[in-house]
Amino acid sequence: MKNKLSGFAVPYVIWMALFVVVPILIMVMYAFTTSDFYATAENFSRMGAYLSVFVRSFRLAVIATLVCLLIGYPMAYVMAKEGPGFQRMAMALIMLPMWMNFLLRTYSWMSILENNGLINQLFDRIGLFDLINHIGLAVASEPDKYIPITHFQMIGTSGAVVLGMVYNYLPFMILPIYSVIVKLDGSLLEAAHDLGASSVTVFRKVILPLSLPGVLSGVTMVFVPSVSTFAISRLLGGGTQMMLGDLIEQQFLGGAYNPHLGAAISMVMMVIVVVCMVVMNNFGEGEEQAVML
Amino acid sequence: MSKDLICLSGCSMAFDDVVVLDNVNLNIKDKEFLTLLGPSGCGKTTTLRIIGGFQTPTSGDIMFDGVRINDVPPHKRTINTVFQKYALFPHLNVYENIAFGLRIPKPGPDGKKVSLPEEEIDRRVMEMLEVVNLKGFEKRRVSQLSGGQQQRVAIARALVNRPKVLLLDEPLGALDLKLRKDMQNELKRIQQAMEITFVYVTHDQEEALAMSDTVVVMDGGRIQQIGTPEDIYNEPQNAFVADFIGESNIIDGIMRSDGVVEIFNRRFACLDKGFDKDEAVDVVIRPEDVDIVPEDQGQLKGTVTNVTFKGMQYDIIVDFYGFKWLIQTTDLSPVGSRIGIKIDPDGIHVMKKSEYSGMFGDYSSYSEEYEEIGDVSIEPDEEESGDEE
Repeated sequence: MKNKLSGFAVPYVIWMALFVVVPILIMVMYAFTTSDFYATAENFSRMGAYLSVFVRSFRLAVIATLVCLLIGYPMAYVMAKEGPGFQRMAMALIMLPMWMNFLLRTYSWMSILENNGLINQLFDRIGLFDLINHIGLAVASEPDKYIPITHFQMIGTSGAVVLGMVYNYLPFMILPIYSVIVKLDGSLLEAAHDLGASSVTVFRKVILPLSLPGVLSGVTMVFVPSVSTFAISRLLGGGTQMMLGDLIEQQFLGGAYNPHLGAAISMVMMVIVVVCMVVMNNFGEGEEQAVML
Repeated sequence: MSKDLICLSGCSMAFDDVVVLDNVNLNIKDKEFLTLLGPSGCGKTTTLRIIGGFQTPTSGDIMFDGVRINDVPPHKRTINTVFQKYALFPHLNVYENIAFGLRIPKPGPDGKKVSLPEEEIDRRVMEMLEVVNLKGFEKRRVSQLSGGQQQRVAIARALVNRPKVLLLDEPLGALDLKLRKDMQNELKRIQQAMEITFVYVTHDQEEALAMSDTVVVMDGGRIQQIGTPEDIYNEPQNAFVADFIGESNIIDGIMRSDGVVEIFNRRFACLDKGFDKDEAVDVVIRPEDVDIVPEDQGQLKGTVTNVTFKGMQYDIIVDFYGFKWLIQTTDLSPVGSRIGIKIDPDGIHVMKKSEYSGMFGDYSSYSEEYEEIGDVSIEPDEEESGDEE
């Protein structure tokens, strides 16, 4: 354990203590006290009112994670199987957006999805809304009451929030899966073929189980930031899609000022996330050991 | 012997203009133990991969039981492979590794895919574990096994599918010497007990001679000689084969008539016939076929320049008129002594001149060459697959 160079780790240890451990302790203290700093559990009992926010946060984060997995796994697989030229290009395309600030990227989605944003303007120009209104009017039973549409409502929907999450966090799903698949020993796949497995069976029985560690870290890296996000839901959810991050933020900076409740919500969210991660990692432990071989 | 099971006719293979196989013709008989032997990059692994279906020859045909199988993918061939580094599935235990092939539904007689019943799988896996002496290891992870045990799992995993042919790609390369000898016997025993064709790839000539019914010596993507181990050793076809298999002194000679060859201006009786009169030839004399006699009784006279004690015998280097010979003898002749030698007619083997003439068989750089030979038999042949892909 004792290493000559261990002294160099001291700054990091101090940093972690000051900015990770201490804040968590402060959060726990706030969570269990009133504004007069009397011990109480009331912050937790009041939280029931926000159950819908909890449910929405986890639901959207799960959906975003699944979509990332569905898009990211095939992408990672194809990348790993293609030649080095394709790999370099795909890697550059994946990394490129990450060179720009996360908030700016999310703002740019706003201007794309807005009611008079890029997409709706495009549809308007090509006459899509006119066409729909035309048909709508023709098939409507009471033409007088038909309200013509001028845009598709995209911003302010849960779909927009999920889109924002997927867009921002997809690289964190692709990269760990890619790095596991690209390292898979080609002779294992040949051996499986040799033993009578078709390509589909080779994928199902060899590639998929052996890439599980990459999937697990990808899922973790997408799910955790998704469940606690507040900028994406604010900007793309248009205030209608309040998530845990927004709720917590409101307790500290917003009109509903109550840092004690905010700390309690943060704590519960952290505990749930940690439990999820522990369960997942235990589930994947056997596989990871296998890949260490 | 029995009929031909696999025929390669005119098989060539090129990767990006680099020819790795050049017009290979090879017939493999049913139930025989055939070894592809040669140095790194000679094309032996490529030949094996063509038989296994992992590579399609650039030209030429491969027939299996009379049917052309150039385009049949590996999973549809009744051939299984033991890979060089075993390629066991790290996420499965020993039992599941062996059962892998059995759990894949196979087309039944009516063409529909059928899975084997669990009892049948269990019976066959247990039977294989017994064959390879790994009873009680079913639940182990493959990472907990030694090299030799992993090797046997790989063999069991291939054999449990009851293939008609088992391909083995340098399967013993990573094992230490003692274990390798044991596994050689084990493999031979399994091959005879199960009565299937083994096609075995190695660069280790001793291994090839000890195990095979037929040895195929390859170099430069071409087959140099096909024959029984005895043929290959006693009647090498050219200087490459003579040098690669065992130790050889290869000397320029002239065939004066049937049964008479001239070396160093002296005539020797030999058993070889059928050469043109005064044809230039390569003459192979194995180090163990030379008898040392007092100088005045020798057919040739020379000076001992180097002696190495090898346990069973001494390897001595003798300078005959500037050409250095390796002679193996149990009697010590000290460095600097003058000796004579005698060679019986059956100790002399005459070969036609070939592209390899003059490249091998001179022991003037004895010490370096010996080191090289020593290395080859110890190190696993890792570069090969890389070279050829």
